[in-house]
Amino acid sequence: MTFRKYLVLAGVAVFAATGDPMLSYGMKQAGSISIHHLQSVIFAVLNPWVAVGILLLLAFFASYMNALSWADLTYVLPATSISYVLLALIAKFALHEHVSALRWLGIALISGGVGFVAGGPALTSHAHELPASLSLDGAQDQVPAKGAGPAADRVPVVSSGVEP
Amino acid sequence: MKHAYTWGAILVMASASVVGDILLARAMKQVGDVHALWRRSGLWTVVGRVLANPNFFLGVTAMAFAFFSLLFALSWGDVSLVAPAAASLTFIGNAFAAKVFLHEKVDRRRWIATALVATGVALLAG
Repeated sequence: MTFRKYLVLAGVAVFAATGDPMLSYGMKQAGSISIHHLQSVIFAVLNPWVAVGILLLLAFFASYMNALSWADLTYVLPATSISYVLLALIAKFALHEHVSALRWLGIALISGGVGFVAGGPALTSHAHELPASLSLDGAQDQVPAKGAGPAADRVPVVSSGVEP
Repeated sequence: MKHAYTWGAILVMASASVVGDILLARAMKQVGDVHALWRRSGLWTVVGRVLANPNFFLGVTAMAFAFFSLLFALSWGDVSLVAPAAASLTFIGNAFAAKVFLHEKVDRRRWIATALVATGVALLAG
């Protein structure tokens, strides 16, 4: 895992946790939408909160696809579920909603799950069925020491064969 | 009866999300590590490869289907039941499906993480 990859995982969690509240806040301002007044959808999109919410969800989708290109689904999903914790903190401190004791317990369990999976390997699958370039890219991941940071990203790809 | 409809819609939504996640994960594994690809051939090659992948489109279609089942589920049941129940079932379903269809090694560490997150998400309804 390189620093940039941790940034991508953090992006998935942050964009997921911030996109939905923005959309929800904006849609409450824009009013309800019905099939008979489709032009109201256009006004809804013109609402700045809705527009920013849509941009954040697009950013979420891009970083989610990015993460899935180099990590297992069963790694990405628990690792980014920290977004539920962020969402609860946003609800408590920005929207001043009440967060019950049961909810705090749920948040503690999710955090435990995140910590559990983050200690393991990110990619376990496909080593046998993908082209050599991909499995080598995966193996390259395990080489850099922890804290190698962005420098590890500049390690040239050994296997591509298409470089000039 | 309404109860049965709500749970039916929750199950349909969770299944569609699992199908979508599996297809998207498979599509992105076929595209390959986008960081390496981007360095090699630039951003537009990455975008082009993703958009040209049939699994990507099937996955997005399944996600859209899941979204519409969510709307149906919400019209029959409370959001505090529907959202956590569907998310929780999707987590469990994804762990099984990733093992079977994507051949991921879901070891004990990942099962425990999945179970903890699924339980935690279910508790968020409280």
